[in-house]
Amino acid sequence: MEIVKPAIAGTLESSDCQVTVEPGDGEIDFTLKSSVINQYGNQIRKVVFETLESLGVGSVKISIVDKGALDCTIKARVEGAVFRSAGQMEHLPWGGAIRP
Amino acid sequence: MNPDKKRLRRTMMFLNAQKPALIKDPYIYRPDSLMLDLEDAVAENQKDAARFSLYHALKNIDYRGCERVVRINGLETPFWQEDIRCAVAGGCDAIRLPKTESAADVKRVESAVEEAEKEFSIPEGKVLIMAAIESARGVMRAMEICEASERLFGIALSGGDYTKDLHTHITGTGIELMGARQNMVIAARATGVQCFDTVYTDLDNMEGFRQDVETIHLMGFDGKSIVNPRQINIVHEIFTPSEKEIIFSEKVVREIDRKRAEGIGVFTVDGKMIDIAFYDGAKRTIELAKASGVYKGDL
Repeated sequence: MEIVKPAIAGTLESSDCQVTVEPGDGEIDFTLKSSVINQYGNQIRKVVFETLESLGVGSVKISIVDKGALDCTIKARVEGAVFRSAGQMEHLPWGGAIRP
Repeated sequence: MNPDKKRLRRTMMFLNAQKPALIKDPYIYRPDSLMLDLEDAVAENQKDAARFSLYHALKNIDYRGCERVVRINGLETPFWQEDIRCAVAGGCDAIRLPKTESAADVKRVESAVEEAEKEFSIPEGKVLIMAAIESARGVMRAMEICEASERLFGIALSGGDYTKDLHTHITGTGIELMGARQNMVIAARATGVQCFDTVYTDLDNMEGFRQDVETIHLMGFDGKSIVNPRQINIVHEIFTPSEKEIIFSEKVVREIDRKRAEGIGVFTVDGKMIDIAFYDGAKRTIELAKASGVYKGDL
């Protein structure tokens, strides 16, 4: 998928995370802000990269502000931002590119 | 028939599917059913994000036996079909249709659920449907709504919109809901589906809530929609048979079985006149006690 325009998904509420995506320069430019970065930073990064790979996104500036989100929430927010960026709201590939 | 159609549903707790903090562990409060909401609780510009949140919650969170019902957006919106695809793909147990006004509304949802089950290789007939009735027209058509689909397990009154349609408002006394409640529970009983009451939103008035639950329990409802975990224990307490009721029901069932064999139709149990008309009610009390996990007998 192509990141067409800047998009945001998620909130700064507890147990959530806010994901911002923008068109990239041919690579994944990842930044993370989290109060638990020392404990879970690598895990959050892994989830974000796996999710982007499933979606076929290889060029993106992605920044995450984490407020203690579970892995499944991080996935949901990354997908939310990417599909918003692409402007796709219907006929989504549940169980396909959107992997559990 | 899907065996879950008749499962115990004393409490249905509403949760905004867009809020991770709410949907990550609501099973700790032990409601019978969870109502993961894509409709009114979710702002118009967050409908898409809520679906991703819902899908991954359904796929990844173990809700420990709580039924997972998804309230989709209404048929008048552009959202409901994708809501159904997302919920069915995620593996929800049931779909709740808001603002149901006719059998045709239920059939449209049934058809979309069938398609989604095929698309996502879900066993045919797994996903059930319930219909929320929120208007005078819907109340007057409760019978046809109840009979619209083999998948439909129940109907629920949604009091806020219904009272607006009736040109009144929620008073806390229940007067404004009397006709709808009576009509709906009769329609549900006549067609063999369950019936659920509307939410009680005054969280500071727990005594009023208790009275409301006692009223609908006496009217014959199967359960109530709830908006706060504090309401769960009260509903379960009122809807779960007491030890005294269970013991009496056991006596009634045993005595009717025995007296029937002896050719006796009317007799007394604990000083009360009993005949065959009490049999089904007593059996139902025992079944409810079993489903609620409080039955220790051997009937």
